[in-house]
Parts: sequence; C-alpha cells; structure tokens
Amino acid sequence: MSYIGKPKVAHPKMPKNDLGLTARDYEGTVSTLCAGCGHDSVTAAIVQAVFELNIEPHMLAKMSGIGCSSKTPAYFVSGAHGFNSVHGRMPSVTTGANAANRSLMYIGVSGDGDSLSIGAGQFVHAIRRNLNMCYIIENNGVYGLTKGQFSASADIGSKPKKGEPNQQEPIDPVSTALSLGATYIARSFSGDKEQLVPLIQGALLHEGFSLVDVISPCVTFNDHEGSTKSYAHTRQFYHHVVDADFVPPAEEIKAAYAKGSAMPVELHDGSKIVLRKVDEQYDPTSRASAFKYLRERFNAGEITTGLLYMDESRQEMHDLMGNTRTPMCQLPLESLNPGAGELKKILNRYR
Amino acid sequence: MATVNDVVVKIATVNGTGSASANGLLMKSIFRMGIPVVGKNYFPSNIQGLPTWYEIRVTGDGYQSRSDRVDIMVAMNAQTYARDLADVSSGGWLLYDSTWPRHKQLDRDDVTVLGVPLSRMCNENFDGARARILMKNIAYVGVVAALLDIDLDIITTLLEETFADKKHLVDSNMKAIRLGYDYARENFVCPLACKVEAMDGTSGHIVIDGNTAAGLGCMYAGATVGAWYPITPSTSLMDAFRSFCSRYRTDPKTGERTYCIIQAEDELAAIGMVLGAAWNGARSFTPTSGPGISLMSEFIGFAYYAEIPAVIFNVQRTGPSTGMPTRTQQSDILSCAYASHGDTRHVLLFPKDPKECFEMAQSAFDYAERLQTPVIVMSDLDIGMNDWMVPDFEFDENVVRDRGKVLSAEQLEEMEKFYRYMDVDGDGIPYRTLPGVHPKGSYFTRGSGHTRHGAYTEDSAAYQDVVDRLLVKWETARQTLPEAEFEVSRFNKAGLLTIGSGDGACVEARDRLAAQKINLDYCRVRAFPFSDAVKEFIDQHEVVYVVEQNRDAQLRSLLLLDAGVDPAKLVPLLHYNGMPLNAGFVVDRVLEEVARGRAA
Repeated sequence: MSYIGKPKVAHPKMPKNDLGLTARDYEGTVSTLCAGCGHDSVTAAIVQAVFELNIEPHMLAKMSGIGCSSKTPAYFVSGAHGFNSVHGRMPSVTTGANAANRSLMYIGVSGDGDSLSIGAGQFVHAIRRNLNMCYIIENNGVYGLTKGQFSASADIGSKPKKGEPNQQEPIDPVSTALSLGATYIARSFSGDKEQLVPLIQGALLHEGFSLVDVISPCVTFNDHEGSTKSYAHTRQFYHHVVDADFVPPAEEIKAAYAKGSAMPVELHDGSKIVLRKVDEQYDPTSRASAFKYLRERFNAGEITTGLLYMDESRQEMHDLMGNTRTPMCQLPLESLNPGAGELKKILNRYR
Repeated sequence: MATVNDVVVKIATVNGTGSASANGLLMKSIFRMGIPVVGKNYFPSNIQGLPTWYEIRVTGDGYQSRSDRVDIMVAMNAQTYARDLADVSSGGWLLYDSTWPRHKQLDRDDVTVLGVPLSRMCNENFDGARARILMKNIAYVGVVAALLDIDLDIITTLLEETFADKKHLVDSNMKAIRLGYDYARENFVCPLACKVEAMDGTSGHIVIDGNTAAGLGCMYAGATVGAWYPITPSTSLMDAFRSFCSRYRTDPKTGERTYCIIQAEDELAAIGMVLGAAWNGARSFTPTSGPGISLMSEFIGFAYYAEIPAVIFNVQRTGPSTGMPTRTQQSDILSCAYASHGDTRHVLLFPKDPKECFEMAQSAFDYAERLQTPVIVMSDLDIGMNDWMVPDFEFDENVVRDRGKVLSAEQLEEMEKFYRYMDVDGDGIPYRTLPGVHPKGSYFTRGSGHTRHGAYTEDSAAYQDVVDRLLVKWETARQTLPEAEFEVSRFNKAGLLTIGSGDGACVEARDRLAAQKINLDYCRVRAFPFSDAVKEFIDQHEVVYVVEQNRDAQLRSLLLLDAGVDPAKLVPLLHYNGMPLNAGFVVDRVLEEVARGRAA
C-alpha cells in the first residue's frame, strides 16, 4: 500500500490537544512494513502518546539506526526532525545530538539486531551515561530485512521458519538495562496499546535513560508455531506485573487505587506516573528484587511486562557533567572564546 | 668543528624517570637565550622502563626539521649505550655516567668521551631512591649547560616559574644542576667548540606542540562538543581542549560549563556523537589517529552523503594496523581522502606546524559548516607531540566565523516550503535547518537514497541528481579551501612538492641544494581537493619531486587522481621509517635523481 499517498484531511470533530493539533498531525508517511507487523502498532502508540503529551512536533527528534524498526520514525510525526543513522549507532548520534541541544525531546526507535548485536556497545554506554532519551526496542527475535535470521534476543528452543531451533542464551534488554543502572525500564507488547501508551509517555518525560522493550512480532518470519516471539506465544505467556497510568501536570489523581498497590511517582516536569501493582510482591524501586523476580518469571517461561523499574533520583548526562541549562548549540560563538588579549597571556606560558 | 648556535644534543634515557622535564628545561633555556631550537621526542609505546631519546637541535638559522647528525650524546641509558655511541657524528662528544665502569671495547677514536659520576654525586647529596634517579637526570642539565655555555640564571628563572609554589623543589633542582655544572667546569674545557651564544632569534615566538595548539584552536573556534576515544598520538589534543575549557568555559560563579566532552566507548561512537551534535548546530569535533579513522569510516561516508559538518583531527602515526604508535608518518592520506564505501571524497587540511594547527582548527569548522561535509585535519605525531618554535598565534576578534547556510526561524517563516537538498545557489551547497528552530524546518536525515527534496528514493534519476550535485559542491570546495604556498622562479625546471610536516625539511633542503647550484621551486599543498594553482605548478615544471612520509606515494597518487597531472613528471621521494623527515634525506634523494639525469 506504500505507493498510495496518505490523506492529510482530518475529520472536523477529531479531538484536538492543547496545541490545537489532532492525532492526524502526529502521523507520518504510510508504513512500508508488512501488513500486521507489530511495529506499526508501536508507531500508532507513539503517535497517541506524543499527541496526548501536547509535544510540539518540531521539538521532537526521532532517532534510529538500521532495520525494520529503524524505518518507523518516518511513519510518525512528520513535523519532527528525523535522523536515520547507520546500523547500531543510533545511541551515539542521540548522545551527540542531546549534548548539543538538551531542550529537544529524543525518541530513539531500535530493534533487537540494532541494539543487542551490532549496536550492543552503544546501547550499553548510552545507559551508563543516563542519556536523557526514550529508547524503544521493537523486539521480534529476528532479522526481517535479511529474511529471518535469529537475533540475539531469540529464546533457547525458539524455532525458525526453516532450520534448527536457537540454542544460544538470549540477551534480555530489560535485565541488561537493569544491571547497567538504567533509570526507567519498561516492557510491553505491541498488541497492548492500553499498557504501552502510558509507558511511552512516562519514558518521554522521565529525565534520564528510559528503555521500553516492546515485544513486537514479525508476521513474516517469526509468527509461527514454536516461535517464542509470536503473537500467540506472547499473548499466552504475557504477565502484567506493574501497570502505569500517566497523569499530566496539574491534573489530580482521581482514579481510586487500592491502598498499597498504587504508587504515584512524580516526574521532573510535575507530571506523575501511577504504578499499579498487579503482583503485590513486585517492587519497582529495587533493582535487586526486580532482577530476581524477572529471572524467576523468565525461567517459568513468562514474559514480565509493565513499568519494571524506576529511579527519579539519578542525574542525567548533562547534570552529571555540570553543564549549562542553555543548549550548547544556542551559545553565541563570540561568547565562547576569551579574546585576543587573553590569548597573549596564554601564549606567555609557552615562552 | 667550532660552531656557534649550531649544535645537536641527543639525550638517551629510560622513560618514566623524569627525563622529559629535564630535557624540556634544557630546550626552554636555549630558547630563552633567544636562540631558535627544535625539539624531537623519540619515545616508546610504554609507560616506564624502555629506552627513550630527546633531540635538541640548536639552529641559529631557524630551521624547523630535525637534524641528521648528533654532536653531543648524553648517554644515560646503559641498555642503549653501544648504539648511542655509534650515533655520534665524527668529532662529537659523548657524555656518560662514570659512576660505573664502561666497557673498554666501546670506544671511538673520533669521539671525545666525557665521564661524569652523576649517580655518585646524587647519591651523596640526595636521599631516597626516587629523588636520586630524578636528580641524576636533572644533574646532566648542569653538565650540558656548562659544555654549551647556557646561562644558569635563565635555568633558575625557568625552575622558579615551574615550581612557583614549591621553593624547596627549585632549591633541590638547582643543587643537582650545580653539581653537574661545577663538575664539568672543573674537569673539562668549557665551553666546547660547539657552543651557544645569546641572540635575538626567538622574540615573537613560542614553543608549543601541535595538539595543544589544535585544542586551543578548537576552544577559540567555539567548539562546544568534543567526543573522542583515547588513542596515541592524538590524546593530548583533547587533554588540551579540556584544560583550556575548564579555565575559560566554566562559569566562575555557578561552575556551569559551556562545553561538553564525552569520552566515547570507541571511535565509532565518537564520530556518531560528533555528527549528532553537528546536526543540531553545535561545533563538534573528534581527535583520533589511523586506527580510529578506519573505525569511523562508515559514519564519515554517512556525513558526506547526508551533508553533516564534522571536524576530525587525524594525528597520524606509523601504520599499517597497530604499526608503531609512537612514531610518525603521513600514511592515512588516501584512507582519509576516500574514507567509507561508495563514491565518497573528503576535504583534507594539511597543517605544517602547531601554528597552522591553531589556525586550521578554527577554519576547519568554518569549512565544515560552509561545505556541510566532514573536514579532516591531517596532523601527525611529529607536529602533534613535538615541541615546535613557531611565531605567536594571532586571533582577530573582528573576524566573523562562517556558519554556512543555516536558515533562521525568520527565514523559514517567510518560506513556503523548505527542501533540504536543493541547490538553490548553484554552488552545490544546499540550505540546512536546525532541529527545534521552526516547524517549517523539519526534515528527515538519512544515509539511504534520497531526492533533492530529502525524501527516500530508489529512483535512478532522483538518486543520481543528488550525487551529481555533490560533485558541484566538491568543485566549490576546491575554490574555497586554503591555497598552497608557492616559491617559484621562472628559471627553474624542477620543483619540490610536499605537505604538512614535510615543510621544514624541504625548506632546508632547498637551501642546501641551492648552495650546490641546484635550484628547485617549491609548492606546499595545504588542502585537498587540490587547487587549480597546484595543477599549474606541476604542469609548469619538467619534474616535480613529491616528498611525503609513507611507502606508497599516497600524495602522488592523490595528485594523479584529483588533479589529472602527467604521472611521468611526479617523482616520489618517500620517507617512511617512522622518524620525522630531515633535510639530509631530501638532499640525498634529489642528488641521486639528478645524477640519473633528472632535471634540476
């Protein structure tokens, strides 16, 4: 369907956000992915999340690497700036972009090949710096564009369409991020928009590195029986542990949450994330117990989802360095050198 | 061989024993006497315990390259004693620590050996093993000062400046220097026939290395984002940038920084960060060396095609592979000119010394932003890490730096629609926008095939339209970049052509050859793509000797590829053993060619 231009007409009664924009205004070009691809659902969730957050499109930077997932920034928020970089290198480009302009909002879309194989090094180090960005992994366990090779997130025993089942340990982005000290870690499923949208919203507003690992089935190469990343498998073993509601600033928390299970966490801009624990035992503020829980459920074959870990206390990259609040790219050049007189003084040290 | 202000002192020590400061002190004191000096450090890829040499060439004539002789060898390393003795030019002197006996077989009739019991004197006068080793190295400064007639007051002043807050260190260092100085005066005829005499040859000059100069240049250029992965010999460039920024870019009240230095996980990430920052409008750069360029190549091609400014400093070292990391070469010329897969080509600048490192560090950002493409500043270990005497740097506060074609919010507001890759002005350079400036400025940056409107394409004509326009931009670059330096007489049939750190040796070689009635014109290329004048220079001569520091005549190949000159005219003069080029090599090679019947 990709040869058809996308209609830009919005129904007059379509709801508008605070900027007077409709959800249509947050869409992109027509997707060229396969019909039924999980990634298109993630794209739709991103559109809704950004629309609801009243983000000015041109203040959003969409970053990606190479792969099916990395194509998707073209399919949402046409009014945002996009940077489709090289394979596995989205984190470094985003790091530099953020270093230059901390006033933009950064959303990076990556895949399991892009982040866990070729780009594993950059993924890991972006977390370590607590780079302020929302990092989405559209995780389907296979390489789509090169026709179905296993990725590093494929589970042991998962069967490919052709050939032998995978025997290597999978790399789990969530437990990897947890061990590295990421400050916002969520997992969801492309088929569960209700859970996914608030998780993306919290990730966008969290100051620091936010990971949203989304199981996003590949209908063409990894949706068959025996695959552990298929729609059917994910639905069957999908385990909500903590759900999150996003509450914008100045809005009261009205919903009634059972005491003890609901936990509002304030974000830096004054908005809140309310964590609703589905499993009473789960503690999303403890790395150690979250890790233990995740491993136990993983061993039981379950896919734990929700806002799994959050730490609002750690400083993001710029603040860790003590950088000015003014975006570096907006500092006038002439203010950045001490002048000809001072140069003479500097040179005197070399006589 | 009685000379004044024309002497070469080579000091052989063990690295990690404090000899670097002793050697620096010696060189600086000669410079302070107003005498031009050249300092070259030959050091191992090691932290402590291996042989290292420092060569000080006192050159009243003000030449810039290393010499091909050694007049005085300070042999402080028993491990290399034999080869150090062999290195001394006939009629020269060798100074050694006579505390321990010397092997009798190690003697040369044509070299005067001067023994000074440095260890014994220091053991008697200082406490502690570390202090004794350090002071032994300082004590030879005293001996050399006596032998050459270096002003002790100047040495004292330098020590006082170095240890401004630690007077006890001035005293102990001076005590060691006095031990050596007095011993030499009592036991040898001082000064030697080769000596120094105060002159007025250094005013308006400084002694600085190229990496420090480039780091300073980056600060003056207004660079705000520096991303890097440590690699010899480029590391000290970022160290310098950091040190200048911590002094001048940190708010004294709030402590807030107006610079962001990121130590990347590898060079792939370092260049990615540079591109991300430049895409957002910051002046960003990365210093690296050959292996780093190899890793950065994919992104360099991306920046060429997506048209993102980037400034890369390649402080070249000896390749291939890991090669000799602490030795110099100019062997990344081709790999930088054509870094990355597909049809790519990149702007190169060739600084000849630290002064040009300072200047080109600034202009590189202008060219990168003007041309919206990567600019690689091709320094090398010799320029980057050695101390060079160069004229004072200048900075004109009235010069407005070129930020290139960046549309402002006002300009965008007035436009109907913005397209990223349109050649509006006919110079091959499109207009760009910065994220966050105006809603109309948004576009999608991609390394995949794109149209002049910035849209994804797999259409042959639309693809070719953009890559052909990049060639128009290449020709604009040719007209824009710094012109080569020429010295041309209409009588000469042959010319000498070089780049970068080859300049010093070539200038000196021309003088020496002229003394033998061999007159060569001169062209020092400063940028790639090559200007029309470089092509004309070659066309106008019967033969052009291309002097470069690599095995494969890479500069010569590049001239053939880019300037389309007659290959028969270009005679390669290749120096690639890892040591800095010297004039003697150029002279000998030219004489050989002339003897074979080549034009001169």
